[in-house]
Amino acid sequence: MKQIKAVSLISGGLDSMLATKAIMEQGVHVEGINFFTGFCVEGHTHAIRKKDKEKPKRNNSLWVAETLGIKLHIIDIIEEYKDVLINPKHGYGANMNPCLDCKVFMVKKAKQWMEENDFDFIITGEVIGQRPMSQRRDTMPIISAESGADDRLLRPLCAQHLPATLPEREGWIKRDQLFDFTGRGRKPQMALAKEYGLTDYSQPAGGCCFLTDESYSKKLVDLWQARGTKEYELDDVMLLKVGRHIRPKQNFKVIVAREDGEARFLQGYKNSYINMNCASHRGPLALIDGEASAEDLHLAAQIVARYGQGRDAEQVDVMVRDLSGNESIIQVKPLAPNELAKEWFV
Amino acid sequence: MSEHSLDARRLLCPLPVIRTQDRVKQLAIGDVLTVICTDPGVMQDIPAWCRINGHAILQTQSDEYEYRITLKVGD
Repeated sequence: MKQIKAVSLISGGLDSMLATKAIMEQGVHVEGINFFTGFCVEGHTHAIRKKDKEKPKRNNSLWVAETLGIKLHIIDIIEEYKDVLINPKHGYGANMNPCLDCKVFMVKKAKQWMEENDFDFIITGEVIGQRPMSQRRDTMPIISAESGADDRLLRPLCAQHLPATLPEREGWIKRDQLFDFTGRGRKPQMALAKEYGLTDYSQPAGGCCFLTDESYSKKLVDLWQARGTKEYELDDVMLLKVGRHIRPKQNFKVIVAREDGEARFLQGYKNSYINMNCASHRGPLALIDGEASAEDLHLAAQIVARYGQGRDAEQVDVMVRDLSGNESIIQVKPLAPNELAKEWFV
Repeated sequence: MSEHSLDARRLLCPLPVIRTQDRVKQLAIGDVLTVICTDPGVMQDIPAWCRINGHAILQTQSDEYEYRITLKVGD
């Protein structure tokens, strides 16, 4: 008899872990797939900052795969994802999160992977009513249809509320061993985790995507508005996760490291951005994003000086490095707190 | 058996793992790959990825800012 094989969308959270385990328990060979959009929330991004150093620096999807004893395929979809984010057919959620389009896209990619690797069906950890945009009773058929996965898409945690899928009808899995979870409560999942002997699992409070974060979304919209286009590169979206973003003028912004971990991260961009730091006093590294004139660089230096130990000095020296690595010193008076306009902070 | 290196500095998780995964696909069983990174998380993730996929970690090294992981491609 042919070994039935399923590919499971692994986010690193509890639901996809349980959905995967539930199907493995029925004797199906499962492998995981995890998509990297550039907006994924990872412990490592947080770990740049000292205050978050105590958070575990593990990739939760890898950890889930290892815990379950399955292979995990991590797929870079950064380029293809741009169209999902820029032109979402179903619009955005509370922030810049195109959750429904995102889910359709990921299931479509999983279907492609399933066909290329001769697998039989797709698993997700979706639960009816858990997310306001993508995990509703009325959006589940949309995901199945628009992704092209149709009845080869199985949601084990809420399957008993949905029409039987191909794996159920074909007898590859038993429907009565699937679940009827609904809503945002976590008790059924926690009980099932306990039943499976899973005691350590990730439960990210804000989901697994930066686009659901209000502050991050504001920075992204600011970037698009300032450039007059929604085009972006990976470096743009990575930098939105780090530092203070201060835009004193439409044509440029200053990204100021908040502590050593961020400064170390920004160091990696010194060849791609004009950058500066205080030379006469201890102070943070800052990148200049945009087209800045000499006058703009003077203002940027005043801002950067504001965050150094020379903030109360009459004059400080700020070292500026251009894109060729040429260094020059600008002497500036640090901005006073009341000169740093609130509306400059993105 | 041949030796290779991969510069994954400045990349944050999971990109160093993805780059490692993509590079290993191009190598032969028994080849050795050294991945150089700046994200401390790789010290957990690349070994985890290797364990899942049957590759052997030969050595891990770190200084204050860089991490080097040497692996041997398995089957």
